[in-house]
Amino acid sequence: MISQTYDADDTKFGRYGGRFVPEILMPPVMEVAEAYERLRTSQDFRADLDGLLKSFAGRPTPLYHARNLSRKLGRQIYLKREDLVHGGAHKLNNTLGQALVAKRMGKTRLIAETGAGQHGVATAIVGANLGFDVQVYMGEVDIKRQKMNVYRMELMGAEVIPVRSGSRTLKDAINEAFRDWAATFDHTYYLFGTAAGPHPYPAMVRDFQSVIGREAKEQIREADGQLPESIAACVGGGSNAMGIFAPFLKDDVRLIAVEAGGRGRGRTERTADNGASLGCGTDGVLHGALTRILQDPFGQILESYSLAAGLDYPGVGPELAYLTEKGRVIPRMADDKTALRGFRELSSLEGIIPALESAHAVGYALQNPEELGEMAIINISGRGDKDLQTVMEYENL
Amino acid sequence: MKKPLLIVYICAGDPTPEATPDLVRRLARAGADIIELGLPHSDPVADGPTIQAAAQRAIAAGMNTDIYFKAAAEADVDIPKVFMGYYNMIYARGLERFVRDCASSGITGMIVPDLPPEEAGPLQEASRSAGVDLIFLAAPNTPQERLEMIRAQTSGFLYLVARAGVTGARSDILQGTRDFIARVPQGVPRAVGFGISTPKQAAEVIRAGADAAIVGSACVDLIARGEIEQLMQLVREMKEAITEAEKDKNPIVC
Ligand SMILES: Cc1ncc(COP(=O)(O)O)c(C=O)c1O
Repeated sequence: MISQTYDADDTKFGRYGGRFVPEILMPPVMEVAEAYERLRTSQDFRADLDGLLKSFAGRPTPLYHARNLSRKLGRQIYLKREDLVHGGAHKLNNTLGQALVAKRMGKTRLIAETGAGQHGVATAIVGANLGFDVQVYMGEVDIKRQKMNVYRMELMGAEVIPVRSGSRTLKDAINEAFRDWAATFDHTYYLFGTAAGPHPYPAMVRDFQSVIGREAKEQIREADGQLPESIAACVGGGSNAMGIFAPFLKDDVRLIAVEAGGRGRGRTERTADNGASLGCGTDGVLHGALTRILQDPFGQILESYSLAAGLDYPGVGPELAYLTEKGRVIPRMADDKTALRGFRELSSLEGIIPALESAHAVGYALQNPEELGEMAIINISGRGDKDLQTVMEYENL
Repeated sequence: MKKPLLIVYICAGDPTPEATPDLVRRLARAGADIIELGLPHSDPVADGPTIQAAAQRAIAAGMNTDIYFKAAAEADVDIPKVFMGYYNMIYARGLERFVRDCASSGITGMIVPDLPPEEAGPLQEASRSAGVDLIFLAAPNTPQERLEMIRAQTSGFLYLVARAGVTGARSDILQGTRDFIARVPQGVPRAVGFGISTPKQAAEVIRAGADAAIVGSACVDLIARGEIEQLMQLVREMKEAITEAEKDKNPIVC
């Protein structure tokens, strides 16, 4: 029996989080919360998910000791290789988990938003594999800069719906997915792609991504006999960062959240020059949660900017906002140029082409090695094949 | 106020901030009983394409919260004006300042579609002390116990979302809407909106037991096309239709 009302404190991290959604979406969101609450402790569910993570997604992913990068920086650097997850990014950890929740809820259709296209691809994968109709909302601007991923989604049977409202990027794709869900919740599950949105999504997505951190903890102990001094991860909405951070929250490990510095700290009337909601944002409500957002003084949401489509988002998950405020997570920025340096150097030093998103964490590490301490893990959240076109175009300018 | 009521939504600043006060006055003269004055937001998740487009036009034309309250104050009509807008716009200004500005510009109530009662404590406190109603929404899929809670929390009236989905003109009224109106507990005026675009539909929800009909996207559409005369005509016809409908209301339904 679903409880029909709730205590708002149970949906929050400190003052952040909550459920700021239209009343029509309240029952569907609460239904997801109730289903997840029931399934997270179910052994049967766990076994299904673990099986798919292993045999289909390719987990565990290696924790690779990056010898050349370590030598260059004069400290030990390990890379958590989420780029090797099927689909090319950490996103599948979450879509597999949520798709199994949706299955058990009896839903037949999945909807998702996507920016870079990675979450859309990961949703298309589970849709094909587990038998769902899939429709993915994607901003018109993003469709143009991520053509390959659009084609991948379509190959796997998903329909990509161009979003022409607002700034025609990720934030508007999320709005459009919510609008769809408000009319289709009977048979449709909204598969949210990052650790943001209304409760329970931030907690649920964190939990499904925590497999990254759990593995990394075991692997680093085995490899080095101790925990790292620091962990760096890039932050769009915060799912790969929360995934690797969560199992280390109680440990003495510096957690560095690298946001998109884009062109810098500035902004114009409607557009921020970055995607750094932790570093440059203020408190506000976006996509169902109170969190840190990029906004104008009246509360209009700014369009964000980053060369990496997956970091091009004017909000951030509420738990990261909370952990940052408490000082547990350190927010940092890497601008486009720093990310490109990370992209190029990891490719040439280690033979690993990181996603432009992940390249932000790499670039930050290259620029500030002393902050990493003696031993660090960098989360390589995805691979860079999808970004070759973007990088080529940027360099020709 | 004498029932049934016609509530007319427009987006402040569409097509221009200067046009808003006069539009409000004319709508009042044409028969609107309450004006729902929308404050445009960059990310209106509860709204369909029509109102989204209006918000974009208004923002592009320079509408912001300061100008909104000026326009509201300037629209000196003797019917109630109600704020409609998203929570972040209120949060950004500060709750207390926002409700004070409402009170001083003649706004008597607030509708905040993305603010459920569970999150509304602070705004409720602020609005109460300023004497401004905080009007909650209920939807056809709201379960009964929750509906009771929302009814107990709302003040002024209860906004019934007529159907699943977002705002926008539709061509029919569903049986589900009638059933929904019928299961709302008594004790608070019930206004029905989302998808009402014709006098016939407005009359139907009144006949089904509603105390007020809310029309939005249909008006916004006419404003977008510059058809202000037609807008006033629509409002007159709607008012007539619901007044007629009240007479043959089926007492069993309500
Ligand atoms: C490879 C990769 N890394 C990171 C991100 C950012 O998302 P999050 O902050 O949720 O990890 C994305 C988003 O599309 C991505 O594709």
